[in-house]
Amino acid sequence: MALDTLMQQMVNGITLGGMYALIALGYTLVYGIMLMINFAHSEMFMAGAYVGLFTLTGLTNPKLVGSGTVAFLTKNGIGLVLLFTIVFLIAGVAIGLLGVIIERTAYRPLRNAPRLAPLISAIGVSIFLQNAVLLWVDSKALPFPQVFPIVNIKIFGNASISTLQIFILVSVVLILIVLDTFVSKTRIGKAMRATSQDRDAAGLMGVNINTVIALAFFIGPALGAVAGIFNGMYYGTVNWNMGFLPGIKSFTAAVIGGIGNLRGAMLGGFVLGIIESLAAGFLATGYKDVVAFVILILVLIFRPGGLLGESVVEKV
Amino acid sequence: MSDQTEAVVDTVPAAARQVSENVVLQLDKIHTFYGAIEALKGISVDVHQGEIVTLIGANGAGKSTTLKTISGLLHPKSGEIRLLGEVISEMKVHEVTAKGIIQVPEGRRIFPRMTVEENLEMGAFLRSKDVEGVKSSMAQAYDLFPRLKERRMQKGGTLSGGEQQMLAMARGLMAAPKLLMLDEPSMGLAPVIVELIFETIKTLNAQGITILLVEQNAAMALQIADRGYVLETGSVVLTGPGRDLLHNEQVRKTYLGES
Ligand SMILES: Nc1ncnc2c1ncn2[C@@H]1O[C@H](COP(=O)(O)OP(=O)(O)OP(=O)(O)O)[C@@H](O)[C@H]1O
Ligand SMILES: [Mg+2]
Repeated sequence: MALDTLMQQMVNGITLGGMYALIALGYTLVYGIMLMINFAHSEMFMAGAYVGLFTLTGLTNPKLVGSGTVAFLTKNGIGLVLLFTIVFLIAGVAIGLLGVIIERTAYRPLRNAPRLAPLISAIGVSIFLQNAVLLWVDSKALPFPQVFPIVNIKIFGNASISTLQIFILVSVVLILIVLDTFVSKTRIGKAMRATSQDRDAAGLMGVNINTVIALAFFIGPALGAVAGIFNGMYYGTVNWNMGFLPGIKSFTAAVIGGIGNLRGAMLGGFVLGIIESLAAGFLATGYKDVVAFVILILVLIFRPGGLLGESVVEKV
Repeated sequence: MSDQTEAVVDTVPAAARQVSENVVLQLDKIHTFYGAIEALKGISVDVHQGEIVTLIGANGAGKSTTLKTISGLLHPKSGEIRLLGEVISEMKVHEVTAKGIIQVPEGRRIFPRMTVEENLEMGAFLRSKDVEGVKSSMAQAYDLFPRLKERRMQKGGTLSGGEQQMLAMARGLMAAPKLLMLDEPSMGLAPVIVELIFETIKTLNAQGITILLVEQNAAMALQIADRGYVLETGSVVLTGPGRDLLHNEQVRKTYLGES
């Protein structure tokens, strides 16, 4: 029985952790390059869920795209993969561009200002986006349609994994592998790492810092948008303040992993998701938020640089 | 003396063109500020094709500021910097780098969490189309500093100070510089390594790379330099051929530690 719960909560925790990891990457990418916490990032998650919802609703509306298309996109595996690829791409690109626009308008003018200024600007952006949704979309939660049948597959005793969880996990793992390869192997990925390690030196190598910053502000929000869609599918609704708690949690995950460190953000996301789910399963649901922040405090006390935070290399 | 040259440049363009024919880099009354602090107070410096030019001066004289102003990390409040006649003082740092002016910054500034090889790759960031050239530059760099080859896969931040300096220099060379600016390349290094660094500078210069060298080690710098400039609190106080400066009484007293 306890073993069943353990297995079940592990499955739930890894799913949740995957979403945290995606969001945490956005915080850590921007922090690594700008040394700034993008408090508006949680709204990228929220806005992404809305764009994803509208795209999905549009593509599955026979009146808009014809019933043949809808049948093709929803009734078989290939169609579903295509459907979700389109939904993720549209939401990712749209929110990525939103991120770039926010950087241009709200952060870049403050680049040489005291460090508190862009933080306040970020909070302003966050409030603006929440109110934009309240004003132009709806103040009530919107249901997220279930496109493919969710089947629970028994894996151990009473513990099971759903097709939706498998879908989320496989997607997350794919995205993380692509991102990790991009950053460690490609020329522009290396330029991003170099910029986060020494911005002036990267400039001296010929790296256009503004391009790198724009890229960080595209990739982070795009990943946040994808996480928002997963979140909508997983919990079945989206609403204007859905970004708040996952945002704080994912920021916590980024700090746990070592802020500025990409693999740290991935690890931190999964660690936090799993611990939270275990706390919910073995203590009480109410404990899961408390536990998350207790972990944060413990990590900050015993490993201030985070789990994968490397000791600061001495610079002479 | 330098004011006179500038007068010629201003009034007689034809003659100026002749004068600047082999002038690669020209700093013209450069004023650079850090906030309200004026770190460069109207500096004029010329670097000719194929020269080794050295800037010497006490701590805080403005040597690093001069290099940073050239490379675009800083921008002058007034004055102009010209590369082969083209004004570059408004350009961003990556644009100046693309022109072939490569600064090896003070304090090494290697990428600590990238491997030695990745650091070198970053040096060749703008040469991505020249795959063969980059390969041979990499081989040259390892030839020059075999120590780096042994440590190819090691993270830059774990190298010793001397090794980091070698890496910084090798990384600069990976850009195939036209003008290489070195900011205190011998700082904190053992005498043997200092010898190696200075030998390397001479070799590079013989290969046609123009060098602008900032050094604390004024004696060695002036020995290999064609010309030198002495900076004092943001102004050029003395300039001339390296040998002359080496024998200049004021320089000997102030910078070569003689009484
Ligand atoms: N970031 C900065 N902010 C304010 N003042 C600065 C800054 N960097 C340098 N300065 C000041 O500008 C002046 C010139 O500094 P610079 O670094 O160019 O000296 P330097 O000749 O390279 O000295 P050193 O031999 O010690 O490297 C100094 O008075 C220094 O205090
Ligand atoms: Mg200096």
